[in-house]
This record gives sequence, structure tokens and C-alpha cells, in this order.
Amino acid sequence: MTIDRERMEIGKPEIRSDAYSKASGRERFAADIYPDNLLWAGVARAGAAHGRLTSLDVSAALAVPGVLKVLTAGDVPGPNRHGIIHKDTPVLADDVVRYTGDAVALILAETREALKVAVPLVKAVIEPLTAVFDPREAMADGAPLIHADRENNLLMAAEIRKGEALAAFAECDAVAEGEFSTPVQAHIFLETENGTAQLEEDGAISMTVSTQSPFRDRLEIGHALGIPFDRIRIASPCLGGGFGGKDGATVQCLLALAALHADGRPVKMQWEREENLAAGYRRHACRMRYRLGAKRDGTLHALECELIYDTGAYAHLGGEVMELGMEHAGGPYRIPHNLIRGKCVHTNNPVAGAMRAFGVCQVTFAFESMMDMLAKELGMDPMGLRLQNALTDGDTNCAGVRLVTSTGVAGCLELLRDHPFWREREEWKRGAPPGTRRGAGLAAIFNAAGYGGGVRDSAIAKVELGPDGRFTVHNAVSDMGQGNSCAFLQMAGHILCQEASAMDLFQPDTATAYPSGSSAAGRTTFTYGNALIQACEDLKARVINRAGLLLFVDSDKDLRLVPGKVIHLPSGREVPLERLASFMPREDRVCINQYVAPVCEDVPDTAKGFFIGFPHVILAYGAHLARVQVDLATGVIRVMDYLAATDGGRVVNPAMFEQQVHGGVGQGLGYALTEDLVTREGKVLSKDLSTYLIPGTMDAPDIVSIPYHGNEATGPFGMKGIGEVAMNGPLPAVANALADACGIRLCHAPLTPSRALEAIEAGR
Amino acid sequence: MDIYVPDDRRVVDLLRVDLGLTGTKEGCGTGECGACTILVDGEARLSCLMVAAQLEGTSVTTVEGLELSREGIEIRRAFAGEGAVQCGFCTPGMEMAALALIRSGRDHTREQIREGLSGNLCRCTGYVKIVDAVMKAMERVRLGDRE
Repeated sequence: MTIDRERMEIGKPEIRSDAYSKASGRERFAADIYPDNLLWAGVARAGAAHGRLTSLDVSAALAVPGVLKVLTAGDVPGPNRHGIIHKDTPVLADDVVRYTGDAVALILAETREALKVAVPLVKAVIEPLTAVFDPREAMADGAPLIHADRENNLLMAAEIRKGEALAAFAECDAVAEGEFSTPVQAHIFLETENGTAQLEEDGAISMTVSTQSPFRDRLEIGHALGIPFDRIRIASPCLGGGFGGKDGATVQCLLALAALHADGRPVKMQWEREENLAAGYRRHACRMRYRLGAKRDGTLHALECELIYDTGAYAHLGGEVMELGMEHAGGPYRIPHNLIRGKCVHTNNPVAGAMRAFGVCQVTFAFESMMDMLAKELGMDPMGLRLQNALTDGDTNCAGVRLVTSTGVAGCLELLRDHPFWREREEWKRGAPPGTRRGAGLAAIFNAAGYGGGVRDSAIAKVELGPDGRFTVHNAVSDMGQGNSCAFLQMAGHILCQEASAMDLFQPDTATAYPSGSSAAGRTTFTYGNALIQACEDLKARVINRAGLLLFVDSDKDLRLVPGKVIHLPSGREVPLERLASFMPREDRVCINQYVAPVCEDVPDTAKGFFIGFPHVILAYGAHLARVQVDLATGVIRVMDYLAATDGGRVVNPAMFEQQVHGGVGQGLGYALTEDLVTREGKVLSKDLSTYLIPGTMDAPDIVSIPYHGNEATGPFGMKGIGEVAMNGPLPAVANALADACGIRLCHAPLTPSRALEAIEAGR
Repeated sequence: MDIYVPDDRRVVDLLRVDLGLTGTKEGCGTGECGACTILVDGEARLSCLMVAAQLEGTSVTTVEGLELSREGIEIRRAFAGEGAVQCGFCTPGMEMAALALIRSGRDHTREQIREGLSGNLCRCTGYVKIVDAVMKAMERVRLGDRE
């Protein structure tokens, strides 16, 4: 292999640094850790959706051979509440139970088998309270309050008002209206929530967790259990997927609690798939009412919409999810008049939280469907209508934010317009086999990156020259599979002029790395990468300088850092890095640098009721095209071709760029066609992967990704995060393709065969 | 190898916990995701649905033994080189399914590869690069056959 001999390059499809260890089964995930002498910990859950926990009988569970302890709320030190923003979630329920998955007891057992026997034997006596599962009913006067301090069960009610939308509809020549709904989606990372924990002799708790936010976890555990932060150490090895579902406490507080009661023995907790579906976080179901108006020539003029997000029993990041959805509710277009109202509502459903494209894929479905409906009203081509109104640099978006960073949505649409899949679509449609119809559908998409205003989006990178002359990047933002840590090695190898084989990587560990936020919000590579660039530049300058001391040269200017050594160009003399490292004290061999992502300089006065996270200034853009074939007898929609153009700024690694786009589209196609986490009366009915259906190898086409070659001036090497944006395209693109094929408009997702068939038959 | 475990020990636990062979993953425990795929006498099987007694007298290959065969070496190389690995949790099972597939024939189409891997779920890749990798591995094995 030749790449190992060369300095790592930006823009080259370097093989991911974790590819071989993962492909040989050697990479150690949290789930792969089985410490000697371990205890298994597991959770008994409420089973009731709303009620008062009056007593707990744990005697039968405790009597199971191999069960050591059954812990209840009384065993929790500290306030027994966690939550990223609102501390509202009990580690173990102590009073009111608010959904079926609320933890009521924590069991410690010698074996996993004993645990499985014991969990269902915990008897919780729960005096029922009236439960509410429909967000509209939950907002009604007289509805039972799930949290006493949240009136009408509103976690958040907010609006964005730009211009005079209601009056502006009178000036529109065409108006489209629609009501939409989207289902609950589950992340289905293949490695379920898990970790290990142990109380060390010095009183600290050491944990290894499959988590997206090890530094924040420390705060959550510390707060909930009343433990000083410096007594909690969390390592986060490679995750077997995350997608937002491991952002926030899952096993963390429970595991730390178990460790406190395990007499120094290591404890392991691993949720089974059924538990993941019942008690893990999920995407918010959303109901949306839209009205969109345009002038006769196709200029968008007014938007009014109302969004209702069902956030379930606890806050998690529900308000922030809705805020981001609202910020994207008007699509990547210029619309002078917008009124966007959102309500984020508690119900006794399981807890909705962060998931890839955080609140945005819901509104994108509605808005991009509206664009096609409006194009039809106007008698316009859906591509033309989008191009005519697409945001460009300097425009003001639907939240009233003036765009001062790269805006490539029009460029992405043009890439589709010029592609044969679009140009030759009419001919392709005519080739539909008997009994089928074909159609092509578009979606223009965007997704903000970063935490937004009011939440400092910071990362602190650390890079080290080891005593062996090798460089180590101390990653501090979890790699859940997206390859950010591999990109960091590529960036560091590039700046430090080293080959891949001379670079090492440590995954996040709160004991050795610095707080750098969560692996989330399309900010992971962007924020930490920017911090790392300067850390590497600093280390490079220092290494060169120290080599100059060894070589007795007056100035650093003729010295070059090259693979394995520093050379003095005029004389050809050199110092191997290993020798140089032995000359430098450890603190001299480490460089640390903080980066804080840009915030809006000119915050518009458009948003009311927002808490934190508004507005965003860096956005990834894209445009997607789906070509579908619909079986008229069964209603089955088959996606035949899928084309995704993406503006992620400059591409650091083309292979990893494609991976993110393909994966986002794949997950988006599941959201479009099959995924629907069914809950009835608060009980999750989708218990496994044969009732909750994600796409398999036969369900997705060979997705084609085309990068729009942009450049984001604020990004590391010109890049922007693209982990989320692709998730937004498939549902509206497929819905629009279905409309093109059969003349039917499905407004409720997923677009199942029965819904399609019903609409086809109604249209006959 | 002789190991003494209860007859009803799940094979996935036997491998991962008792033998420390954690390359084989568990993603669902109910036979739907394929992450725990191993080869038993050359056939792709789900180790979460098998018990130890079923292995008596059989030959078992896990991802840890992938590199013991020419096909396995090419599969590993292609999965890494073609970008088929993201989070990597489905990868070992996917590779074992690919190994069984390539051993069953050397000239599968993309569609046949998709069919052959249809028991294995991946949430990261959208499958494109996984199919690319199996195609590439199969081509290289085929070229090797001619040499």
C-alpha cells in the first residue's frame, strides 16, 4: 500500500484509520468489554403510563438465585434527577411515573440469566393517574398535567415572525394548504445502549460507555447522584452507531448508581433490543399545518405554519429539537413573510429526543410537499420553482437570519437539473412496466450545524508528540461511526506532514482529553477540527523550533517537518522525531487549543419563546431526486434511482463524505417508507426488528452522491458537517415522486403500501 | 477444541463471553439483524439463535478467522478499501455472510449480492459501499483463481 508512505492529504479518499480494526473484529466497542468478576445490572420499568408509585415489592426479585441487590429510589444519593437542560427525569422513579419505560428498580446479579428472571418479578404498585397520549388533547384545558410546573403540558411554545404573513396572503396569486404528520422513528444503532462501571479504591467511578457526550454525562451523573465531577471518569470508545440516541443519559446514571452499590466489583449493563425500543430516545412525531403563497410568477411570498411536536414524558432536548425544526420550517428559500408557530408538548408517550436531522426532517417533508403542490397550482415545473426561490449568499432565511456563510442550495439543484436522471425522466417514466407507474420527485434541503446562539459551541483539541516520535491526537468528541476521529487523524497527519502509519488516535476519555461538547449537531468535525488545526500548527512550530536547538541553527526558517524527522534544508542535516522527543519534556510535547464556533453577529428580532440555540449561521445544503416505481395492485413504492447533491463545503475525504450521504439517505428512505415505532396507550408495540422495519439490502437502490464543490470559509479546510442534511431529503422526494407517478398526495408518513393503495383507489 | 458449557448456552455468549471472541456482535438477539453471523461447517448461521450443543462436532469460523482464507483476506481488504465500514458493528456479520456468498460462487451480480446479504442489517451505509466491497472482493478472488 502506497498511502502509508506519504504524508496524509486533505481531499484524498484516505482509508479510514479504523477500517481494518473494525473489519477484522478487533475494534473494542463498549459492548465488547467483559471485566473479570463482573456483575450484571438491569432495570425494572414501570409498565404503567401515568400513575403514583405507592410501593415496590422487590422480595421475589431478590430471592432469585444470583441476584445480589435490588436498588430503588431510596438508594439514590443526590437529587435523583437528570436531564440535559431540564433536570426532570428520575434515575429511579420516586413518586410519579410518567411513561411505561420509567425505571423503578435497578437489579444487580451475578449473571445475565438471573437478571432476566428477576426483572419481571419486581412488583410496582402504581395508583393510576389519567394518562394522555395525544398532544392536542394534552394541551387542552383540564388535561392531566404530566409535570406540575408545565402549564397545558407545554414544554415550549414559540414563534418566528418575519414580515406580516397573515396580511401578505392577500397579495398572493396562488396558495397551497396542507396538513401533514410524521411518525416516531427509532435510531436502531446496532450496538444497543450499554456500558461498564467500577468504583475504584480512591472513590472515583470509572466508566466505559457507548455515548455521544462523555463530558456532559459526567455532569448528568454528578448532578443526579450528588457526586463531584472529578470522581467520575468516562471513556467513550468507538460507538456501534448513535444517530443522536446516545446523546444524553441512557445507562450512565444507572450504571454509576450500580457501581456505588457493587462493593468495588465492575458492573455491566446492556439493553436488549426490546428495551432499546421501549425506553430509548426516539424521533418526535410531528403534526404540521401549512399554508404557502406565491405571486403569479412563482415568487414565494408568504408562509404560515403550525407545528406540534410530541416530546413524550420528559424534556430531554425536546424544546431545542422543535426550535431547530422551526428555524427550517420555511425551507431553503427566500420568503419575505413568515409566521411559524411551534408547540412542544408533553404526553405519557416514551421520551423523544435527539435524532439525526433534529426536528428538521419533519418540517422538510411538509415544506417540500407544499412546494410541489404550489408548483402544480402555478402550473410551474417543480425544479424551476425551487431554483427561482432558492437562497443565495446574502439572502435572509425564513428565521430572518442574513446568510453570511456559504449557501449552495441552488448549486445542488443545478447539479440535479443537469443530470440524466432528471433530464431524461419523462422517457424513463414511459418505460414503466405494465401494472406500474413511475415518477420523479425533488426535495431541496438544508440543515444547520452547531449548537446555535446561547450555547457556546466549543472544542479543545490536544495533540501530542510521544516519546517514540509518533504523534497522537486525543479525540474528545465521540466517533459514533461517522469517522470524525479518522478525519482528525487525516487533518493532523496533513499539517504535521506525517504518513498515516505514524499517527495514533485516542478516543475520548474525560481523564486525558478536554471538554469538547457532544458528537452531534453536525458540529463534531467542524468544531473539534478547527481546534485541532491550530493545535497541530502550534505543535509543528514547536517541534521545528526544538529541532533548531538540537541542530544549532539560528532561525527556524530553513527547517522542515517531514515524515519521521525534521530536516535543515541548506545542510541536509536532520533530527529523527524519536530523538527530538527524548529531548523534550512531556508538557513541551503537548499542544492544546480551543476553538469556539461562530455565532450570529446580527440576531434578528424574529423569534419569541425560544430558550437557547437560536439562531444558527452555518448550514449544509442539498438537493435530492428520487425516481420511484409504484405497483398499482399492491401500492408498493420501489425507489429505483436516488441522486443526492450535497453542499458540505470543501470535501476533506471523498469516501467518508459519500458514506455520510449514503447513510443519511438510507435512514431517510426507511423514514419515508416503513419506519413507524407504534405505541398504543403508551406501550411500545414494535418490540423487535421484524415489527420495526429498517431498510435491508433489497430495499434501497445504489444511491448516487454528487458533491457540490463549495468552500466554507469558517470550516476546517473549508468543510461543513454533512452528517444530518441527507436525512431530510428522502421522505419529501419520494412523496413528490409518488405524486408525479400516480397523481396522489400522501401527507402522512410513512408512505406505506396500504396508504398508497387507498389513495390510488380513491383517485380512480 | 473442547469446551464444557451448558448445552443451552447461546453460541453468541459462548463466543463473546466465554471465549473472549468479541468480533462477533449482537445487535438484536432475535435473529433479525445478522450482526452475529458465523459460519458453521461453511454455512452462514446466526449465533444468537443457536445453542452450544448444536456446535458439537462442527467446524466454526468467526470474523477472527477471516484472514485464514484467501476469500476472507480479500473481503477484509475490500471492506476497508471500498469504504464499507462506518460504525463497524454490522461489519463482522456482513463479512461472514459475504464469505459464505463468495464461496458459493464467483460471479454474482450486484442484485445477487444484495440478495445474499439480505439477512444482514446496516444502519450507517445505505449498503452501496458494502455491495461495492463484496463485488471487489469477488473480482479479486476470481483473478486469483486464474493465476
